[in-house]
Amino acid sequence: MDEIKILTAGDSAILLEFPQKITPAINQRITAVMQLMREQHIEGVVDVIPAFCSLLVNYDPRIISYEEITERMHQLLKIEISAGEDRKRIIEIPVCYGGVYGPDMETVARLAKMTPEQVIELHSSRDYLIYMLGFLPGFSYLGGLDERLHTPRLANPRIKISAGSVGIGGSQTGIYPLDSPGGWQLIGMTPVKTYDPGREVPILFEAGDYIRFVPVTEKEYFRIKELVDQEQYECTIHKGGA
Amino acid sequence: MGIRILKGGMLTTVQDLGRTGYQSQGFGVTGVMDVRSFKIANLLLDNPENEPVLEATLIGPKLEFTSATIIAITGADMQPTVNKKSVPMYTALYMNKGDILQLNSARSGSRSYIAFSSYLDIPVVMGSRSTNCRSHIGGFKGRKLKEEDYIGFRIKRRYLPYFLSRKLELQEFEQESAVLRVVMGPQDSHFTKQGIQTFLTSEYTVTSEFDRMGCRLEGPFIAYKDSADIISDGITFGAVQVPSHGKPIILLSDRQTTGGYAKIGVVATVDIPKLVQRKTDHKIRFQEISVQEAQRLLMEEMREMDDLRKIIHKPCKEVLDSRLVAKRLGTLFE
Repeated sequence: MDEIKILTAGDSAILLEFPQKITPAINQRITAVMQLMREQHIEGVVDVIPAFCSLLVNYDPRIISYEEITERMHQLLKIEISAGEDRKRIIEIPVCYGGVYGPDMETVARLAKMTPEQVIELHSSRDYLIYMLGFLPGFSYLGGLDERLHTPRLANPRIKISAGSVGIGGSQTGIYPLDSPGGWQLIGMTPVKTYDPGREVPILFEAGDYIRFVPVTEKEYFRIKELVDQEQYECTIHKGGA
Repeated sequence: MGIRILKGGMLTTVQDLGRTGYQSQGFGVTGVMDVRSFKIANLLLDNPENEPVLEATLIGPKLEFTSATIIAITGADMQPTVNKKSVPMYTALYMNKGDILQLNSARSGSRSYIAFSSYLDIPVVMGSRSTNCRSHIGGFKGRKLKEEDYIGFRIKRRYLPYFLSRKLELQEFEQESAVLRVVMGPQDSHFTKQGIQTFLTSEYTVTSEFDRMGCRLEGPFIAYKDSADIISDGITFGAVQVPSHGKPIILLSDRQTTGGYAKIGVVATVDIPKLVQRKTDHKIRFQEISVQEAQRLLMEEMREMDDLRKIIHKPCKEVLDSRLVAKRLGTLFE
């Protein structure tokens, strides 16, 4: 892979800067480096922020100095890491599309010159790479939306979008992790809580994971919602690219 | 047993060192703005380093104590009073049941910290008790404090050894200009030589757009090469980002985890307290230092904290003077 720069970001962080392009290959390399760092338990590293083509490493300089952390990173980047097919995780997110769950489905279908059924088929037929999480807790920047589904944002953003709403905004698709204002076109709703601060794992996925939207009926939606409310629902996760 | 909020003040929240470990999932750190004042407040009471405090902004809260405890107030001087009598800052203070503590408007500095020897009873959410107002979690119900809120204590702790020694020199934030030392990068290469020169030699003014999220400065345009925009990357505490309008914005405790503007430098950790205690119209200058120097200053500050701890753990001279002891103890029985 092309060169990776280690840049200073103040006295308590360094930035690993990968080639500045948004591609799955670069993003997977970042995920692999992050996993390797986790396995190596580098003492003094307090937090990491993976992004499209960079990895910010926050460290405690009272425990590890700038020279030490830089040296550790140089060593770590020398290790050949496979893109990590065996580490690949695909998380299934059940979605009830259209109707009251996706009030903008008709708009999206009309602009794509398709039937709502075709939109559902297309939207749920591929796995989306989570490039990074940001903006809101658990808000994932997904790559790979079919070009035919690219839809402009609402001219007039909604004041409140419910948590669980699945939408399309420009070339992106995603799930609202909590109630928030927003301008995406809403096409469906998941009963799954992708974010729950009281849960042992507050956010269901991380950068580098894939999301697979699975269409469910309204009846199925309510069945899952009930299980979610009883804290008895677990999303299906495929590992190793299965 | 605890405290009842009679007035919330402008923006009073429960904060500790923040919620680290979840930034990869888009979760902001939050936490206290002035880490130094926070640490000294807890140190005065022998509290654990990360014990939560109340952070008050510009106009402080009014609190009623429903049980006895010991407190310490640090940071901005909000002219604190107990039962309408002026009390010293940077000093351990006994509070009795029914006492009313009032913090007024900040005479110098802008953020005060109140630490409690009986520990605030605030649930831990994802490893921290800090309030995250944007996500409505942590702290007291995920929001700022207001009238009629009640926070209990976790323990009874009304005795501290060397009580009379527990006072330190006031930190003054009166001066209206400050020099902030900055470690350049990570995207200083996005700016022209002249832009960097402008940044390091000009005087910038703190605008009214200064909150827990960040501080916008007004001043000379910082020139960039092709674009001030970058592909979004992670942001650290004190990062100085320069959008295309060419004016710096320093990102603070409630910053977002990622952002798409080039960051010319990051304020040295030891100088962030100086920045967050500024007020609107105050002046700021930047001075470049190396990362090694910034880390050396941080270690120095850590040793200074150890020294402060030694000072408050020494029997003080006053103990030898019975009249002074009687005078200070007398206030307990009033």
